[in-house]
Amino acid sequence: MKFAFFPGCVSRGACPELYTSTVKISGILGIELDEKALESASCTGAGVLQEKNQLLGDTLNARNIALAEKQNLPILTICSTCQGVMSQAEYRLENEEYRAQINETLADEGLEYTGKTPTRHILWIIVEEIGEKKFKSLVKRQLDGLRLAPFYGCYLVRPSKALKFYEKPERETCLEDLTEWVGATVVDFPGKTACCGFPIVTINEKASLKMVGNHTSTAKDLGADAMVTPCPLCHLNLDQYQDRAAGMMKRKIDLPIIHVPQLVGLALGLDPEELKINKHVISTKKLLTEISLKP
Amino acid sequence: MLQTAKKTIQIEIKRQDPEINNGESYNQIYDVEVEDWFTVLDALIKIREEIDGTLSLRCACRASICGSCAMRVNGQAKLVCKTKLSVVEKNNKILVEPVGNMPVISDLVADFKPFWDKFNAVEPYLKPEGEVPEGEYLAPNDDMVHLVGVMNCIMCGACVSDCTVLEVKDNFLGPAALAKSYRFIADPRDGSQFERLQNLEKDGGIWDCTRCMQCVEVCPKDVDPMERIMSLRSKSIENKIDKNYGARHAKSFTDLIKNNGILNEVLLILRTKGLFNIIELAKLLPIAISAQLAGKRPPFFSHSSKNKNQIKKIFKKLEDK
Repeated sequence: MKFAFFPGCVSRGACPELYTSTVKISGILGIELDEKALESASCTGAGVLQEKNQLLGDTLNARNIALAEKQNLPILTICSTCQGVMSQAEYRLENEEYRAQINETLADEGLEYTGKTPTRHILWIIVEEIGEKKFKSLVKRQLDGLRLAPFYGCYLVRPSKALKFYEKPERETCLEDLTEWVGATVVDFPGKTACCGFPIVTINEKASLKMVGNHTSTAKDLGADAMVTPCPLCHLNLDQYQDRAAGMMKRKIDLPIIHVPQLVGLALGLDPEELKINKHVISTKKLLTEISLKP
Repeated sequence: MLQTAKKTIQIEIKRQDPEINNGESYNQIYDVEVEDWFTVLDALIKIREEIDGTLSLRCACRASICGSCAMRVNGQAKLVCKTKLSVVEKNNKILVEPVGNMPVISDLVADFKPFWDKFNAVEPYLKPEGEVPEGEYLAPNDDMVHLVGVMNCIMCGACVSDCTVLEVKDNFLGPAALAKSYRFIADPRDGSQFERLQNLEKDGGIWDCTRCMQCVEVCPKDVDPMERIMSLRSKSIENKIDKNYGARHAKSFTDLIKNNGILNEVLLILRTKGLFNIIELAKLLPIAISAQLAGKRPPFFSHSSKNKNQIKKIFKKLEDK
């Protein structure tokens, strides 16, 4: 399985550990990542650009996808936000007239968007393409005893129409499924599909911190050892702002927030340091002790 | 006679009565025999009429027109008259709760006062300017057709129920009131667009939305409240009502993508807060230090797209459209 790798801005910025851990697990999973295919791609706009100009945002995403299509490769993403924004663009681009309008702009660069190979998040690829049987055969380290709270990120759960939940209902529970496949126990909690607060952290920090505090403390109180997320933006807010949120709530939380590829990597038997699991603000030492791995 | 399939469904209902259990909520489970064509509302009415007459719920038209029966089914707001049991039951079970983000009066009946207060706060009526015409106020057909999408709102409160910002911030106007505000701001007959937008710039207004899309997902009438909020942001910036962090964030983000293709996280924060905004930047310092210590500080000089010129060209062509 070869994919055009779309790492997104954050895995090349504030979350380098996400990039590293993705590359580490891909080889073992039989996923070939073409890191050159999208070198001239742009940011998806993350919903922010779309606030101002949806046509411009959709054109940029159509261009990114067309760049991959030109090389006959489907796109693999590692960020809920990148994925959701691209899925929404793909959904609107199903309209022929709109697609023709956008392709007119892309023609300038010799590109054409067809939409034949939908963009997918690595979490979806693992669950839909690799599947339970093959994935479990690759697991070298059962993470028994580990209790994990899922946290999807808004863009990987809504709008369900654009994300094609009606065609692929497994997407609704993919994070819980993966957690079970690695042998860990799912700590279910209502906040798993809620907002982490990241989009307003620079605008309204107090409200954002309340979201961080509510989600992490609820999961912690339900016995979670860590939270796992397919979204680096959620990771940033839940990890970097957790201590401040805890301070506001006048309590301790200390809940490590790990990326999906890091969880997969641990299960595949990779060394925690290779997965840069120590590169988080909230310490993962206790978590690693839990699964008998030296921090 | 028409034959239908019957089965028994376990309906768990979150109940609350000021005179029972010290006013604390508790869950009660009912086993109800239902037909395969039952809606959730049909089942709730059956409970009230045949099993437990003390159950409070609100409904009127039973045809998704009146907007009185919004409730949470399995954690998500829905009009229960429009929701078939067979679609939402899992292993013959469902959980029904009152709408969120509003106080409960009794069982499944919520007090909509906060909802209406916010609705009223956006002055949900036309405020035309100038001389009163002899006939009617005229508006282009296309503009009004566009507004039909928002006018479809039946004020059921589903979006407000599941709004993730309202869970943490009481004074947020919320998706329903903001969509209603858009309905008048985008109405060509209204004369107070600027003043309305100025009011929405304040704390609790358009810049509090996190774009979590809950309102888009749960709205039973496809009003798309979040898209309306995004349009309001855009109109606000167009009208130069942009001296706030939200507008600066949106503008800086767009400029960075335009010039670099991909995002520079450090510059985005600096430009949003303002390079000389020492107090705000100082508040961010502990976060930056902890990130630095963990090896997670984003680089000052970020990656850029290999074909920045093409991206700029697309911006030039489309940015004013």
